[in-house]
Amino acid sequence: MALPFIELKGVSKIFPGVIAIDNIDLDVYPGEILGLVGENGAGKSTLIKLLTGAHRHDLGQVLVEGKEVYIHGPKEAMSLGITAIYQELNIVKYLSVAENVYLGRELKNKGIPLINIKEMREKSAEILSELGQKIDPKLTISKLGMGQQQMVEIAKALSVKTKLLIMDEPTSSLSSKEVKELLRTIKELKQKGIAVIFISHRLDEIMEVCDRVTVMRDGKKVKTLTIQEVTREGLIRLMVGRDLANQFPKVASKIGEEALRIENYTIDNVFDNVSFKVHRGEILGLSGLVGAGRTEVARAIFGIDMKNKGTTYIYGKKVNIKSPKDAMSLGLAFLTEDRKGQGLVLDNTMAFNMNLASLNKCKTGMLLDPKKLREKTIENIKRLNINPPSDTFVVRKLSGGNQQKVVIAKWLNTHANIFIFDEPTRGIDVGAKVEVYNVMNELVMNGAAVIMISSELPEILGMSDHIIVMHEGKVTGEFKMNDANQENIMKAAAGGL
Amino acid sequence: MSEVNMNSEKSNRFAVAKKNRLKTMAEKFGPLLGLILLCLVLSILSPDFIKVRNIMNIANQSSINCLISMGMLLTILTAGIDLSVGSILALSTCIMGISIVNWHLNPFLGILICLVTGAFCGLMNGVLLTKLRLPHPFISTLAMKNVARGLALIITMASPISGFPKTIQYFGSGTIGPIPISFILVIFVCIGFYIFLNRTAQGRHIYALGGNKEAAQLSGVNVDRTLVVVYTICGLMAALAGIVMVGRVNSASPLGGLDFDLDAIAACIIGGTSFMGGVGTVGGTLIGAMIMAVLRNGLNLLGVSPDIQIVAIGLVIIGAVYVDVVRNQAAKKVKVVA
Repeated sequence: MALPFIELKGVSKIFPGVIAIDNIDLDVYPGEILGLVGENGAGKSTLIKLLTGAHRHDLGQVLVEGKEVYIHGPKEAMSLGITAIYQELNIVKYLSVAENVYLGRELKNKGIPLINIKEMREKSAEILSELGQKIDPKLTISKLGMGQQQMVEIAKALSVKTKLLIMDEPTSSLSSKEVKELLRTIKELKQKGIAVIFISHRLDEIMEVCDRVTVMRDGKKVKTLTIQEVTREGLIRLMVGRDLANQFPKVASKIGEEALRIENYTIDNVFDNVSFKVHRGEILGLSGLVGAGRTEVARAIFGIDMKNKGTTYIYGKKVNIKSPKDAMSLGLAFLTEDRKGQGLVLDNTMAFNMNLASLNKCKTGMLLDPKKLREKTIENIKRLNINPPSDTFVVRKLSGGNQQKVVIAKWLNTHANIFIFDEPTRGIDVGAKVEVYNVMNELVMNGAAVIMISSELPEILGMSDHIIVMHEGKVTGEFKMNDANQENIMKAAAGGL
Repeated sequence: MSEVNMNSEKSNRFAVAKKNRLKTMAEKFGPLLGLILLCLVLSILSPDFIKVRNIMNIANQSSINCLISMGMLLTILTAGIDLSVGSILALSTCIMGISIVNWHLNPFLGILICLVTGAFCGLMNGVLLTKLRLPHPFISTLAMKNVARGLALIITMASPISGFPKTIQYFGSGTIGPIPISFILVIFVCIGFYIFLNRTAQGRHIYALGGNKEAAQLSGVNVDRTLVVVYTICGLMAALAGIVMVGRVNSASPLGGLDFDLDAIAACIIGGTSFMGGVGTVGGTLIGAMIMAVLRNGLNLLGVSPDIQIVAIGLVIIGAVYVDVVRNQAAKKVKVVA
């Protein structure tokens, strides 16, 4: 076989107190897609940072096209032909597509130092059409959907003669249609002889698009397999280092009286006439594609956005919820999909975040009681098995799964009994997912009602008692657990017949 | 995950937790170390510096800035700012002057009127910000800075009011033993602010709001009300500082308090308050204000011209924030549990 584009030999990265990358061997060939999987904290991100020059390796060799290199920074990585695209895109919202593609490398007119916007537009249109995209380069980026924004980012990578494209969780905020489009594009890049490192938590995508898969755990490489040797279960076993007896530990709970019912919820042009109910002891799965309006309905229930029409009943009683505060006083809890942006005060401690929504429950007289707050926090940490078990630890530095547990703790502390979980396991590792499911189980066993919004079908099918499917703001399907399967849910999510 | 792996991972994470604790210690005591160092250097350079009379003098001189800085701390904690405190100070003291000196009202009633005026101006700042949805407190308080200053000039016809009774002067120049009343006031205010910020739900909500507004709102924090409370308290503190100032110079001037807003902002920043919101302490801010007072006093003792003192304060601001930046960068490098 030809020379690999990039080869790592015994590479290690040591931070004070921890070996983040431990003696890794890795190679990627031109025209090959290498999948990189592992739980959060396995060292994938650090490895990427080594390749893009954000960190430097301490031991071992990095060879690019057979020559040993030291990548000192992003500029140098770029000049070697290495580009990375992250989950959070590096684009400037208020600039046009063309300006974003050539950001920092604007094309100039000959002779005069002014930007040649015409040439930039033409060339970006050219690159985009090579990717099979019809995007007007004059458009402002913020007018594009997430999927198209990502295409612009790929175009940006191609405009600098990229030979290795690293994609870190590129699909996590895309709808399934956009994901398909992206996977198709990645295959096209492969045809062009570009090497790709593809990181994803979604194993189906890995199986579909990759030639080989490297599994990492605790900073070490566990194994590299060709895609023919790989099975989903095998990958999970390698990632977590043990068999996952049951990915979805669903328990049978007693379904009781009606807890929450919404009728004819409408916000013009967002969702239309949405009605459903959830009972005590029940997990209601709310399925659909990204953009179907599920989060928006949840926001309206919780009093964040005002609806044009619709009534809410809690335990059969009509209520009028005008703010999150109202909703909370009625026993509702809403765990948003955007943990970092809407769920956590990242630069404050675990204790602060866990108690934020329930401060009034830890008072002695007028004042907060530090002892009670601390006891509560320690109880939360133990109950949810949070790592590191330190109440003064700053939330920003926790892994995704542990951050999600902090959000869960915050809402458990409010003693709510109707929970809305919006994409509760997005971007967290397999082990932590099971722990989140166990929390939901515990809640319904104790008579709470749970609404789970999820874009992952296996999760919906694995955990729900009852399923509602939405498409473009309307309810297009309702299934009892026994009648539901991948096909009829997908059909409803795509708009019915 | 096997037991062994689990354990090694745990111990790694514990190591990080420990490091983190060290860092918070450094964060807590960094400005204090700076202040101690500054005092040490000055007592070597000038034998007069360490005398009780001079220390009390510093305490007295710092009190106005300390009081205003406490209010300013609240606004910066919410990722806001209040540019109007100097003008609010002028307007409320001038109204107090008119009530006491011109109308011969009871001095305590005058004090009350002063505080109510300050709080009302602050309330307006908060209402403009939240109800008119002005995009940033920079704008609402910039407007108030002009309006309050203008009103102060109008009602006094641009001339200072003097001849205040002993009661008022007591706040600015009275002492208990060697300790200035004004500084005792500062201590009480600081304790009050400490309890408010750390031991009340409203206080914790201020940190939450500054750290992540959306998360705070979704956790049931009444964002608008919290902001109004913050700006009202800030105005109130400006008026309180005004009483101390009038007591010291026995005069209320419509041009008083120029630049006080910027001094208060400087004290907060030197004390480690983050301009991004959500990070900052009462102790740090108090130390920030003390550093500024000590620096001015020390340079005075050394016979350095006031013009150079201004340059020095500017450099200290850069230095203090730069230390913060370096520390944060160092912290980022330690970040491993990605």
